[in-house]
Amino acid sequence: MNNIIKKFLPQILAILFVVLIFGFLTINAQTNMDNRGIDFGFGFLSQESSFDVQFSLIEYSGSDSYARAFLVGLLNTLLVSFISIIFCTILGVIIGVARLSSNYLIKNSAAWYVEFFRNIPLLLQIFFWYYAALRALPLPEKANAWFGVTYMTVKGYYIPAMVWENLNVFLYCGLAAIISIIVLRNYANNLRDTQGKQIPVLLYSIALLIILPLLSFLFGGVSLEFELPQLKKLSKISYIYEGGISLPPELIALVLALSLYTSTFVAECVRAGIEGVSKGQKEAAASVGLTPNQVLKLVIMPQALRIIIPPTTNQYLNLTKNSSLAAAIAYPDLVLVFAGTALMQTGKAIEIVSITMLTYLTISLTIAAIMNWYNKKIEIKEK
Amino acid sequence: MHTINFLKPNKDNIKNYSIIGSFLVLISLIDVISNAFLKINLTSFLPGSLTTLFPLIIGLIGLNMMRIDYSGNKTLDLLNKNINTNNFNAVLTLLILFSIIKALPPSLSWMILDANISGDSKDACTGTGACWTYIKVWFRRFMYGMYPNEFHWRINTAFILVIALGFVGYFMKENLKKYLALYYVIIYPVIAYLVIYYLISGGSFGLQWVETGAWGGLSLTFIVSFFCLIFCFPLGMIFALGRRSNLPVIKYISICYIEFWRGVPLITVLFMSSVMFPMFLPEDFFMDKLVRVIIAITLFEAAYCAEVIRGGLQSLPRGQYDAAKSLGMGYWKMHIFVILPQALKLVIPGIANTFLALVKDTPLIFVVGLAELAGMLALAKTNPKWLGFAMEGYIFASIIFWIICYAMSKYSYNLEAKYKTER
Repeated sequence: MNNIIKKFLPQILAILFVVLIFGFLTINAQTNMDNRGIDFGFGFLSQESSFDVQFSLIEYSGSDSYARAFLVGLLNTLLVSFISIIFCTILGVIIGVARLSSNYLIKNSAAWYVEFFRNIPLLLQIFFWYYAALRALPLPEKANAWFGVTYMTVKGYYIPAMVWENLNVFLYCGLAAIISIIVLRNYANNLRDTQGKQIPVLLYSIALLIILPLLSFLFGGVSLEFELPQLKKLSKISYIYEGGISLPPELIALVLALSLYTSTFVAECVRAGIEGVSKGQKEAAASVGLTPNQVLKLVIMPQALRIIIPPTTNQYLNLTKNSSLAAAIAYPDLVLVFAGTALMQTGKAIEIVSITMLTYLTISLTIAAIMNWYNKKIEIKEK
Repeated sequence: MHTINFLKPNKDNIKNYSIIGSFLVLISLIDVISNAFLKINLTSFLPGSLTTLFPLIIGLIGLNMMRIDYSGNKTLDLLNKNINTNNFNAVLTLLILFSIIKALPPSLSWMILDANISGDSKDACTGTGACWTYIKVWFRRFMYGMYPNEFHWRINTAFILVIALGFVGYFMKENLKKYLALYYVIIYPVIAYLVIYYLISGGSFGLQWVETGAWGGLSLTFIVSFFCLIFCFPLGMIFALGRRSNLPVIKYISICYIEFWRGVPLITVLFMSSVMFPMFLPEDFFMDKLVRVIIAITLFEAAYCAEVIRGGLQSLPRGQYDAAKSLGMGYWKMHIFVILPQALKLVIPGIANTFLALVKDTPLIFVVGLAELAGMLALAKTNPKWLGFAMEGYIFASIIFWIICYAMSKYSYNLEAKYKTER
């Protein structure tokens, strides 16, 4: 009897507590909305949004629905996160390896880089790049060409656009190349395991990756042209570049700040991972007769990656969540477009904030689930 | 007879090699320095691209000649081992040295030599460098927000009092030490709240009422992060214990709570507190914006705190639980007297890291209209009398935050090292 009470009483109390809180909040929300004449519902999503978004990956205008505005915001969030993840990985790996260098200067510069960018709040870094550094860039008419064809101006970064013909054929060829590489690798592994023969898989893979898409240009009717940005006079003193792709300064500032900030954390993960592989592993592998390249590829990296990947994914997740700071410099991401503009117009605070939070939650939980599965897979299975 | 082979230095001619090598490196450094500081190009007689590459090539040859293994010369060996192990390292060494030298003069002249700090209006800034006058004039605003100037002593006194109260634990008598946790978890937050309420808000004891809308600047950052820390710690402890509980309902409620807050960005939480939360309160119930923000950040950080504490609980050996149970202790007795005292000691570095993240997150309250440092900077930036000093403002704020965060991260690192050796 005593045991049953001990077991069930706290649980019942906890349920009661949660139910009471949620009930209290719901009743309040109900009365508040009744009093203000707001009704709860997601019908507004199909209504016309009638606001414009500065920068969007898909076709969007004021006559589209709120649901499409949501999609525009989500895609912009994913875009900035994706670009920043690529840059922060490259930077992070370089800095992480540099921290383990035997060179005193390199080691310490890398360490100071990490200490510097890690200890300044991300919001201040975004503001710095957006309001201070990027504002010092030249006007469009005074900009010098970078790499001959791109222009970095105070109004944004202008790069050539690619105009494809028969893009799908090209993509199929790329896909075919990847599939044949996977097949080749399996075949090579099989050959190595059964007959002990080695094939230079990497060489063949690179050849496949180049040749197959090249064939699509020659025989598949694929063609590629570049549309270069051209300077155009709008009025007496105002110029702008036309053609090509223009990356707004908001995007650049965000990518810079996010990748510099997150790269410090990635660098620490990389460093911890490489340091985590014990020296004996390397020596043992060398004494079995593996070449230094093989030691790195077959012994060090698999073990280091096992340590590096989980915390790094966590950092990517943080980066995606941090990209919501975009709202502070008016980059049209999910928070600004949906939880900002759309909320102002519809006044549907509860619905819109919950949708926004649930979207982020879904992204996080999906990545977390994939990560758990991956961790289980690479776990060292001890007998 | 010794021949000097430039590509393969050897030990026999060590004196010649090291002297010629260091001479070449010296030339390359002098070239770069004169280029950067005096704007004199010593190698202008060379064709275009060679001029820029000249110091690198000369320096590389010099370093190559100095690279003698086991030379017997201590300084040379130390130098070679640290910055000159192979050609690749030598190039990187030279590049880093050159870029430091090249970056020095412009940043020095912008920050110090050509900068202005005198005067008290924009006209005082005549130089091409930074305008620190701007920072000087706005300094009080950046620190205290719109809080009335004559009452700034109230904020200072309150902070000093709160910090002093925080150190009481150190000087407590031995027989009172067992109440330490009680003091820090319950009594201290209450006293700190009262001190800040009566001193900074005012309204009684003859102090004039200052509404929270006027609070701001760096002091607001401290107030918000301080309250969030002391409130999120006990809350996090509850959810950490809940997540490890073997009662399924409590366990899953805790998991849901933790995973929910960890899965959403802080900015949406702040949006929630400012636009959605008022809808969930009784109609005639008004809650101050600052209080709502503090509650939101506390709920958010509590989830992170809970995970840190759970890590500490998990790292305790099972034997501790078994031993406590075999003494006939119940759940609460076991946790209060055996588990938590040990686990909490382990998680202090983790908590310090959480606090660091919290301090770095506080500028975000700017997006819901509370003017802490970032908010005051935005305000100052758009002031018509002081247009065009965004750079100075953000650099100033970055330096301040960097000092705070760097000191904290070093402190937490020290704590970590200290507790690692004790185990």
